[in-house]
Amino acid sequence: MSVILILILASLAVALAFLAGFIWAVRSGQFEDTCTPAMRILSEDDAGKQGTPEAKEATSGVGRQPGGS
Amino acid sequence: MSTAIEQSLTGAPEQGLKSLTLGAPGQPGVVPGHPEQPLTAARSPSPADVTSAPEPVFGDGKDAFHRVPDFTRKESDAVERVPTGFGGRETSRAGDGELSCFHCGEPCPDPSLTKDNKAFCCRGCLFVHDLLAESGLGQFYDLSRHPGVRVRRSAKRQQWAYLNDPALQQRLLDFTDGKVSRVTFQIPAIHCVACVWLLENLFRLQPGIGRSQVNFPRREVTITFATEKLPLSDLVALLASIGYEPVLTLGELEARKGDPARKRQWLQVGIAGFAFGNIMLLSLPAYIGLDSLSGPLFKIISGYLSLALAAPVLLYSASDYWQSARLSLRQRVLTLDVPIALGLAALYAQSAYEVVLGRGNGYLDSLAALVFFLLCGRVFQQKTYDRMAFDRDYKCFFPLSVTRVTAAGEESVAISNLRVGDRLRLRNGELIPADGRLLSGPACIDYSFVTGEAVPVAKAPGEYLYAGGRQIGGAIEIETVKAVSQSHLTSLWNHETFQKERASSLNTLTNRYSRRFTLIVIAVAVGAAVFWVAAGEAGRALKAFTSVLIVACPCALALAAPFALGTAQRLLARMQVFVKNALVIERMAQVDAIVFDKTGTLTAGAAEGVAFRGMADGRWQMANTGQLSALEEGWVCAVARHSTHPLAVRIAQSLADKVLAEPVEGFAETPGCGIGGRVQGHEVRLGSRAWLAAGGATSLSTALPSGVAQGSVVCLAIDGTLRGAFVLTNAVRPETEQLLRGLGKHYELALLSGDNERERERFRDLFGSDAPLHFNQSPLDKLGFIRGLQESGRRVMMVGDGLNDAGALKQSDIGVAVIEKAGAFSPASDVILEAGRVPRLSEVLILARKATQIVRLSFGISAVYNLAGISIAAAGILSPVICAILMPVSSITVVLFACGATNLAAKRAGLTR
Repeated sequence: MSVILILILASLAVALAFLAGFIWAVRSGQFEDTCTPAMRILSEDDAGKQGTPEAKEATSGVGRQPGGS
Repeated sequence: MSTAIEQSLTGAPEQGLKSLTLGAPGQPGVVPGHPEQPLTAARSPSPADVTSAPEPVFGDGKDAFHRVPDFTRKESDAVERVPTGFGGRETSRAGDGELSCFHCGEPCPDPSLTKDNKAFCCRGCLFVHDLLAESGLGQFYDLSRHPGVRVRRSAKRQQWAYLNDPALQQRLLDFTDGKVSRVTFQIPAIHCVACVWLLENLFRLQPGIGRSQVNFPRREVTITFATEKLPLSDLVALLASIGYEPVLTLGELEARKGDPARKRQWLQVGIAGFAFGNIMLLSLPAYIGLDSLSGPLFKIISGYLSLALAAPVLLYSASDYWQSARLSLRQRVLTLDVPIALGLAALYAQSAYEVVLGRGNGYLDSLAALVFFLLCGRVFQQKTYDRMAFDRDYKCFFPLSVTRVTAAGEESVAISNLRVGDRLRLRNGELIPADGRLLSGPACIDYSFVTGEAVPVAKAPGEYLYAGGRQIGGAIEIETVKAVSQSHLTSLWNHETFQKERASSLNTLTNRYSRRFTLIVIAVAVGAAVFWVAAGEAGRALKAFTSVLIVACPCALALAAPFALGTAQRLLARMQVFVKNALVIERMAQVDAIVFDKTGTLTAGAAEGVAFRGMADGRWQMANTGQLSALEEGWVCAVARHSTHPLAVRIAQSLADKVLAEPVEGFAETPGCGIGGRVQGHEVRLGSRAWLAAGGATSLSTALPSGVAQGSVVCLAIDGTLRGAFVLTNAVRPETEQLLRGLGKHYELALLSGDNERERERFRDLFGSDAPLHFNQSPLDKLGFIRGLQESGRRVMMVGDGLNDAGALKQSDIGVAVIEKAGAFSPASDVILEAGRVPRLSEVLILARKATQIVRLSFGISAVYNLAGISIAAAGILSPVICAILMPVSSITVVLFACGATNLAAKRAGLTR
């Protein structure tokens, strides 16, 4: 009998962890734009990489240094 | 005598803007090509033009600003992937053997402009291609086919210099701390995955750019950059040079409205759903009758757990309902939120009572379910369309900068910094930002968006010009007389109509029904209690009282409207009719009068309206004889293309398929008269009859034949012989006649136009004999007319497209804005419609009426469930299980019915074609 109570509490704890994750995701703005992330994953390698402008990259095709313009 | 109105190439009717003209009416005068400015062709460049990108012509639909995907393309269709390597890609060939540009996909007129086996249409595309190659961004071409955007307007860096003004930057930037700044631009040219990728890799093109993030549905990009290394003007210049020029209108200076409510809604739904699921699981033993087996401890613990889970639901997820109920009680209006709040309170109180007594979970599962379903309905109802802006005012139409002429020379200055008395220089296609006086250069102003006049008005120096008009032709100079916000046009927005929000419609169908509902429920609850007290069972009386309040589920009631109207809203969106929110559909069903604007709404100055009447032997021929040969049409098109006058542009557009890539020698445009040039050795002249006669064209004896439809007439002479005339009518959009006849049966119609009376007869036919037709209406006149109709008790729908309709659209009960293509400007409205869909208006209204009927039927269904539930409750035998079954079942039935019936109604109304 007491086992079921422990199980219920344990599963509730896990569920609460997931709820916390959901709340974090909403607050960090991940639900604001559900369309563009889907498009981003279609481009390979380092799309979305943040810019140090001097970053070297290994892209397909031309493997030259990025020039300033 | 012929009723045709003959006009010269510029011909503007003498009554200009009725209440706007001051001084003498303008004389006909076309703007000559300014001597220093090359007359550049408007469309695809002839070989001679490859070296410089052509100037955009007002109305040219394909410049980089408005390169947006086909209106019907859904966002998910934007993904295209051609998985070939960058280096080895072959030039694609268009079906007819023509080369298409590797960068932008447009036809390449100059086959010699190639690099590495790839063809390009212009140097601009080649430049961007090389730039991307140097910066290691070649993957751009792998992600989509012809992903590039053609740079139509080679901009100079100084053009953006005004952006470095700190006061302006403060309003334009999202954030800045001196070192790092963040700005959000709207870029309509974003249309595919490759665009997203390129813009997010902008840091590789320019040092100083940090992070950039694209929001594709809104066509926005947010860029973080180092202010010291990269001035804002250079950033915008970079974007423009690769074809992604941002939209910079006065509206960009307004604070961007955030949407924190959205996040809150997601959280509320999430928490309610979480609690709903878990409480139901905890209540499961009670449903199947096993709870007594596990001993009293289980009941107590699960009871308190459920209570704890339900508390955030009550306090946080349902908080909007508490607030709304309190507000509506304060206003003494019974909305649906009152019985909802009542029900929630009763549910929680009764359940708390039962939990404390150790009797189980009470009704907490129904509580959580109720809140969860209600919130789902609200989310469904509040569908928004990110690309459509329903709240624009004139600021989004005006550009951000204009060229000011000072003693020191020309400079680009922000409109917000303009002072009275400034001298401004406006080139072809530029907007007049403030009321002013024309200083130099004959002007030809297109006021169609501002007053609705279909034909551009010619103005002479010294005349007063109104803000919002667009200059066509060469450059002019004006002196500002009023500040931008005080101009005649923008003062419209000071009218009280714009000051108040639309009276928040608490008077929806749902709220009206819920008034009766609440009163009946309270009456039954009290009645039941009294009955049981009288029958001697006081305990049962209390139970009956709370049970009635609990089970009288406003849930189904509250879901009927959101789901029926929300489904209707989505169905309409599939038809390219975008509705601001679901409640607009309910208002549409109550409309009984429809007012139309003329220019741009019912008519369109498109290539369809051009017809040619031949002339031979001094006599006009019947229609369809004496037509030009294909070669002659090519000559005419070649000459007409060099002019920027709207009539010449339309002629050229209608003959566009016959265009010859032949140079035109000796092109000359004579103000007020016509244009002429030599093609392949033949002299081609287009213009007014008088001018052609003076130039020696023979056989000009007779007037135009009767039966020529009203419109502008442009005569044509080839090699000195008058060959005939082009008759240009402002074509009424096809199917308009059918639409008006159909609507005329059920609605009162009216026409309000800012144009003059010359088309009255034609529209009298279309509208029937009863409908009021008013011309020469100013924006305030239109507003007043609508108000008059409303005061006589009618519900008015206004259909319009321009700034001159803004007041009328705001005042009317439903404002429908018509736009030519996605991303074009539309004044604030409730519904946005693509121009080609105007004929479907009758079907839209039918769907709105049907959807409202479906809402009423859904109320009926929910009433049946409520009847059953209340009967059980009043007898005092309600138990949590019954409640837990009744609530979801009724909700789901109502939702399924509402969605299904609306879909069926749409199919029957023919909307899913």
